[in-house]
Amino acid sequence: MDLTTFWFILIAVLWVGYLVLEGFDFGVGMLMAVLAKDDRERRVLLNTIGPVWDGNEVWLIVAGGATFAAFPEWYATMFSGFYLPRLLILIALIVRIIGIEFRSKRDDAAWRRRCDTAIVIGSVVPAVLWGVALANIVRGVPIDADKEYVGGLLDLLNPYGLLGGLVTLSVFLVHGAFFVGLKTEGPIRERAIELGVRAGVVAAALTTLFVVWTAVRDGGTAVWILGALVLVAFVLGLLSAVARLDGWAFTGTSVAIGLLVVMLFAALFPDVMVSSLDPLWSLTTTNAASTPYTLRIMSWVALAFTPIVVLYQGWSYWVFRRRIGVQHIPV
Amino acid sequence: MEVLDLARWQFGITTVYHFFFVPLTIGLSVLVAGMQTAWWRTGDERWLRLTKFFGKLFLINFAMGIATGIVQEFQFGMNWSDYSRFVGDIFGAPLAIEGLLAFFLESTFLGLWIFGWDRLKPGLHLACLWIAALGTVLSAYFILAANSFMQNPVGYTFNAEKNRAELTDFGAVMTNKVLLATFPHQIVGCFMVAGAFVAGVALWQMMRHPDRDASTFQPAFRLGAVVLLVAGLGTMITGDFQGKVMTEVQPMKMAAAEGLYDDAAPAPFSLLTVGTLDGSEEVFKLEIPKLLSFLGTGTFDGEVRGIDSLQAEYEQKYGPGDYAPNVPVTYWTFRAMITAGGLAMLAGAAMLWSTRGGRTPSSRWMLRAAIVLPLLPMAANSFGWIFTEMGRQPWVVFGLMPTASGVSPSTSVAEVATSLAAFTALYGVLAVIEVRLLLRYIGKGLPELDPPRDRDDIDAPLAFAY
Repeated sequence: MDLTTFWFILIAVLWVGYLVLEGFDFGVGMLMAVLAKDDRERRVLLNTIGPVWDGNEVWLIVAGGATFAAFPEWYATMFSGFYLPRLLILIALIVRIIGIEFRSKRDDAAWRRRCDTAIVIGSVVPAVLWGVALANIVRGVPIDADKEYVGGLLDLLNPYGLLGGLVTLSVFLVHGAFFVGLKTEGPIRERAIELGVRAGVVAAALTTLFVVWTAVRDGGTAVWILGALVLVAFVLGLLSAVARLDGWAFTGTSVAIGLLVVMLFAALFPDVMVSSLDPLWSLTTTNAASTPYTLRIMSWVALAFTPIVVLYQGWSYWVFRRRIGVQHIPV
Repeated sequence: MEVLDLARWQFGITTVYHFFFVPLTIGLSVLVAGMQTAWWRTGDERWLRLTKFFGKLFLINFAMGIATGIVQEFQFGMNWSDYSRFVGDIFGAPLAIEGLLAFFLESTFLGLWIFGWDRLKPGLHLACLWIAALGTVLSAYFILAANSFMQNPVGYTFNAEKNRAELTDFGAVMTNKVLLATFPHQIVGCFMVAGAFVAGVALWQMMRHPDRDASTFQPAFRLGAVVLLVAGLGTMITGDFQGKVMTEVQPMKMAAAEGLYDDAAPAPFSLLTVGTLDGSEEVFKLEIPKLLSFLGTGTFDGEVRGIDSLQAEYEQKYGPGDYAPNVPVTYWTFRAMITAGGLAMLAGAAMLWSTRGGRTPSSRWMLRAAIVLPLLPMAANSFGWIFTEMGRQPWVVFGLMPTASGVSPSTSVAEVATSLAAFTALYGVLAVIEVRLLLRYIGKGLPELDPPRDRDDIDAPLAFAY
């Protein structure tokens, strides 16, 4: 396989890792607003992601770094082009981190309410905007012959992009609810699953529309198949939730999100950013890539260390595998 | 203001701010791990209480570090896209490796340490903190590798057709002589911050609350003060080495640091200059003969190049332009770094003396000094980096790419102004929150230890919860 193709796949893998893992972090963050009835329940929700959310977010940092290293042109065009959405995401992530980390540092109802607001906003905004961004990368944005983004903010707010944002928002909410169903016990677990199923119906409808739209635009068999698998996984997840199979419900949404990312990357390949002005100006795995020498070194590093990371991160999930209920929250 | 100015201000503000938290994270992770190790080996519960106390302060600081760190990863692409295109083949690799090797270690194992008190066996739990500490040190190495390429590009070739620098020797980038000089200097700089922080907080506790755990804070104070002094000596030795490398690879930076306009052999070290620094007028100056020659070259008669002759040489080499950095900024930040670090060492030594034989000092000055102490090495770190980065100007990659060419061409003034304003305002609010929280937890003093719990009791409250 070509090294550039290998790195395209690797970056897709990093996005899969990021959105599957941080997807439920965002979902749990949103649920803080609707699911919990009191402070102890809010703390139950927060502590389901407590030990792991930071490690999950590093997938984004590594995806960004890997894009910079392997496809500098892609990194440069994407981040300078999507300037304001990116700024909003950064601010939202900062606000969310502060909310999560500092919420319980003060025993003061007003303080905790402010932190809850920070967590909810900090979860909703990136959940929408990542979808908008990914959809637009596939759809195509105005990129000129010098690989510069020449559009404005409104170019990103097209129907397909907005639908992409709604899909990630709703799917992450369901994903988070099923994660809570898997990680908690008591009444909150029941409410999480019920809410997840109800929201899941809406999410399934939005996802179907988005998947079909993507496949029609692309026309390739692979995208059709992947899109169908996304829907199958998601629906199986919903059915498992109805049958109170918590593990399978969460597996279903995890696989669905992973496949959704794979589908978008499959629709994108061999481009990495599509120019809506002229196909010749699109950024591709070839014209955006680093030198073979750099890619070779980075490949060795990635092959040696990614499995180790997955192992110890998996171990940390194993260590904190116990369900949490209100009785576990220290006063 | 133009995009360039705004983008530079944003980079300066966000990076200096981020770097308030980084040295304390790196140094304190090791010191807290040391405290926990002392408890693990001796069973002395004083060390456990200190571990929990400083561990909490460490985490408040760490949260700010990660919150402000994400911006760093992405603003190269947002504001400096032409820079990213130009150096991505070289500069991206250490950033990606930093994430893969260091940030995953830090975040995962800190999560295990924070929440794992009742989930992991004591030895394994302690190992998690040491691994996280290792992660912080590793991250320093890789990010400094990236920065060192900007100071002294090595292991690359220029591809004119693609108009970019391309990696030819990864080993050379990872053993850049600037990196080998900067990394130890930075690490001891981190330990100065952490040592001063522990010493200052502990001494304040001993003086302010003499009847509350003073005998427990005593060993913590000694640990912090000794680390501060040893690390301080370390910054002098490594700084001396770094100065010689700088004189060799970036002579203009050294000349600007001294406000030295003419070549001189031997060259004096300027302690203080009153007057105008553009060389037109000097009212008063204080200098030590021959010292700069020694600092820069290792001999008392070595020649140190001046700004004017370097300017002439660079015009020949790179074409017309102004190749000198902002001299007042470089001159004063260099001195501010040395002064702040030196004052921290003096204060630390005076505090150690005043606590000899188990004494507790009582003077108001000592109490004030304890409060100021942690800020001094922090300031030294900031001044050092402002000097390093401002002294590299007008280049973003020395000799290869001027800063003005690196800025994003498609980004508008409105966009950068928005993000500059947003980050500045947000960071201002966060600073208030952070300082209040730190003071609050410092004021609370040592936590009481929870009674040992039954590990098999599945309904027992969590040892730590958000």
